[in-house]
Amino acid sequence: MRLQYPSTIRIIKVPCTGKVDIIHILRAFEKGVDGVYVVGCLEGDCRFNTGNLQARKRVEQAQKILEAIGTGGQRVQMYNLSSSEGPRFAQIAQEMTEKIKEMGPNPIKLVRKQKVA
Amino acid sequence: MPSLPVEERLKGFEEVELGFDPELGMAEAARCISCGICCECFRCVAACQAEAVTRVTHAMESKTLEVNVGAVILAPGSENYNPDSLANYHYADHPNVVTALEFERILATGGPTVGHLTRPGDGKEPSRIAFLQCIGSRNINQDDNGYCSSVCCMYAVKEAIVAKDHSQEPLDCAIFYMDMRTFGKDFELYRDKAEAEGVRFKRARVHSIDPVRGTGDLSLRYYTEGQGIVVEEFDMVVLSCGLQIPEDVAELAGLLDVELNRYRFVKSSPFTPVSTSRPGIFACGVFTGPKDIPSSVVEASAAASAAGVTLNQARGTETRTVHLPEELDVTGQEPRIGVFVCNCGVNISAVVDVPGVAEYAAVLPNVVHVEQSLFACSQDAQDKMKEIIKEQNLNRVVVASCSPRTHEGLFQETLQACGLNKYLFEMANIRDQNSWVHKDDPALATHKAVDLVKMAVAQANLLKPLIEKRIKVNKAALVVGGGVAGMNAALGLADQGYEVTLVEKEPQLGGLATELTTTIEGADIQEYLHRLIQRVMEHEKIEVLTESLIVSFAGVQGNFTTEVMVGPAMYERKIDHGVVIVASGAQEYQPREYHYGEDDRVMTQIELSKRLERLGASDLNQVVMIQCIGSRNEENPNCSRVCCQSAVKNAIHIKELNPEAGVIVLNRDMRTYGLLEDFYTEARRLGVVFAHYEPDNPPRVESGPDGVHVTFRDDILDRDVTVAADLLTLSAGMVAEDTEELASILKLSRDKSGYFMEAHVKLRPVDMAKDAIFVCGTAHGPKLISESISQALAAASRAATFLAQSEITLSAVTARVDPEKCASCLICVRVCPFEVPRINEEGVSEIDEALCQGCGVCAAECPAKAIELNWYEDDQLISKVDALLEGVL
Repeated sequence: MRLQYPSTIRIIKVPCTGKVDIIHILRAFEKGVDGVYVVGCLEGDCRFNTGNLQARKRVEQAQKILEAIGTGGQRVQMYNLSSSEGPRFAQIAQEMTEKIKEMGPNPIKLVRKQKVA
Repeated sequence: MPSLPVEERLKGFEEVELGFDPELGMAEAARCISCGICCECFRCVAACQAEAVTRVTHAMESKTLEVNVGAVILAPGSENYNPDSLANYHYADHPNVVTALEFERILATGGPTVGHLTRPGDGKEPSRIAFLQCIGSRNINQDDNGYCSSVCCMYAVKEAIVAKDHSQEPLDCAIFYMDMRTFGKDFELYRDKAEAEGVRFKRARVHSIDPVRGTGDLSLRYYTEGQGIVVEEFDMVVLSCGLQIPEDVAELAGLLDVELNRYRFVKSSPFTPVSTSRPGIFACGVFTGPKDIPSSVVEASAAASAAGVTLNQARGTETRTVHLPEELDVTGQEPRIGVFVCNCGVNISAVVDVPGVAEYAAVLPNVVHVEQSLFACSQDAQDKMKEIIKEQNLNRVVVASCSPRTHEGLFQETLQACGLNKYLFEMANIRDQNSWVHKDDPALATHKAVDLVKMAVAQANLLKPLIEKRIKVNKAALVVGGGVAGMNAALGLADQGYEVTLVEKEPQLGGLATELTTTIEGADIQEYLHRLIQRVMEHEKIEVLTESLIVSFAGVQGNFTTEVMVGPAMYERKIDHGVVIVASGAQEYQPREYHYGEDDRVMTQIELSKRLERLGASDLNQVVMIQCIGSRNEENPNCSRVCCQSAVKNAIHIKELNPEAGVIVLNRDMRTYGLLEDFYTEARRLGVVFAHYEPDNPPRVESGPDGVHVTFRDDILDRDVTVAADLLTLSAGMVAEDTEELASILKLSRDKSGYFMEAHVKLRPVDMAKDAIFVCGTAHGPKLISESISQALAAASRAATFLAQSEITLSAVTARVDPEKCASCLICVRVCPFEVPRINEEGVSEIDEALCQGCGVCAAECPAKAIELNWYEDDQLISKVDALLEGVL
């Protein structure tokens, strides 16, 4: 299927969401990204058994850190879907894009620009 | 071409040529296409962007080749039944009556309406669609076919679900059927899901479609229980047309002297399902009988196995080896990156400014060459890529094209052919992630393509060559389970020269087949089983261990070690082998319903088979059978596939022994799928009564002195009927063997019903998720003996493909530990989904590359960052983030 979704998304491939580290997520925000979402297999159906369960824990940890520093924990999300759920992926892309736009740009960007000015 | 009459031409300035209307246009096109002679205008050469048609290829003529072969496999496929001749369905003359294949195209993203659901007649979006089942199948009155086509119910359900998904407005889909035949593994759940999502299932054989004048709608009239005659109008009707063997395929079989049945399918025995009447010629797929994709794939592998046995003496001769040049050492070299940007015909270039992307790539760090190509994956482009890699001394390659899932391996082979390590490679997916999904905004799509290339180049700068570990393959197999499937798998491998150890937990071989009498086709199972066991026991390459239990399992693909406790004395055996085939079987459900176990007159189909063999049927006046016992319920949702065949077989047997005996089969759907439909027809001809019941109103049974009293509701009479039966037979389904411990030891996945899970439902139906482990027979799911034999041969074929290698190369994408940083905190030992890390003699963590599956969970969890996953190192992933976000802050 060639469903359309917002062009705001850039995909970084990993063999399993279990490989995604908190440092990868936080680095993205430090460099100015507005949102991150981690998309993995349905829970219980991970190709690597429990990798996606590990990923969820790290995403939740990243949410707490971002909430604590004022960036907003909702900017990072984890979704689970199977490889045959193309429409669901497009829907998630749309949803996430709208949420991020609603929240506005990454506050770190604003702070940096103010300092420069 | 119609033109203006001469007298009209003088009157004004109207066009003389009047043009074509649709009918005339089609007629003219048909004339043009069928003129039969190429006029050598060479427009096709100019039109072909891939340069497949050139003046050279255009000049090619067909030629006759003589090929010497040791075996032939026939897989000519089938065609869809053409409903043109069925005037009552108006397919030939009404645009809104389509076949399921046509509907599939309407739903497809690449189809005529790009997946947008509209009806052909006027482009209206339909709100009501009817699906009529069994068009061209299960009919003996017109010029269609008496057999069941096996696949139509499942594809109709799928199409109804997909159509609902695609529809902007609520869509009413109704499927009209005689028997819903969703008998495959997990298919019943899919049907139930469709019903939960609003698809209506109507048990009715609609005779005619009546076009509604002036609207394009179609009216269906049908009888349904509780409502009587119903008339409904629909916007579209989809005909679920069956499969049939084309005439030219039958001619091919004639040329090869291969015998066909009356429907043109290959004639074969249930015990040799892929053999034909001519030795050395095998057949698979729909040519042996209507079947779905997984069964076709299984049979293809089975035919390969059967052919492999024939060709065993010639193994290894006439093979060609690819010789790769020595790998260059690029250690210490500055990255020299080549970027290859693909147009992919119009797949990418229609949306993305490819020259612009290429221009931008040229100024990225360490990029020394950029090349555009029409199709990067074409042979020409690969050859060009090799030249450029050598000329430019490239030591890294980035390809911006499509999905690595399908094309990464191809490009990596090209790198290896130039002496480059294949891991010095990265792809940017500017098609699936870009042009295909952002086609409405070319500027943004081009911007994103630039970003994707930038990210890929950033990672390419940090890539390192990786060494793939090679390990020797132990050319021996372990088969778990000594039933029909296990024994056939063992023979399939042993006859190809491989050593096999067959482990069976019971004192003797045979499994559930020891309880069976004949197949529905009349073949003697006990005689077959006897010969099969004899062949296995006498085979010099097969060692049989009975009364044996697997107690431990270790190692990696190609080099497993299994510990077995053997015999009553339970002595321990260690078996080294390269592959495993799981054939642990299944059991007949032991009923808890209908007084089974309390009343001797209540028995299962297996028990009835034996009784008929032993006592005959002269003492029987009335037999009642109830279908779907222990199947198609919440506890065991799968259809058990074998019960209807068993019931029909026994019903026919009773009628043959005692034509006066009454037989009533109470069923929810009769599922005599494929060519077995003929037996269902025969049973009805002999006078067997088939009555329908709904799961919410099942038959009621009471034991009485004069017989077992069975009460059920009859649709036609519209009242309850009570029958006093001499015997009540329960068609008990199949349930998975208790394999929890085995699955745990072998670390294999099972589904909720307890059956082993294949790697891919359609395309890898005998592989398991773990490499070099295969599954077959009823360990995988319910199936007939002939299907178990096919799957056993398929597993042997897949196993032989693995064992034929002297060594295997393992992926280099594995985790490794820096011992200097390791604090032995044990976190990696605890989190690994496959339990691979261990603490070595030096007291630090160590990860065996051969066992590592490459998920990277340990690398992410390690608090000291002592673990890295090759090819996905942290700095490589972060470099993509940095490249993407450069300049944002």
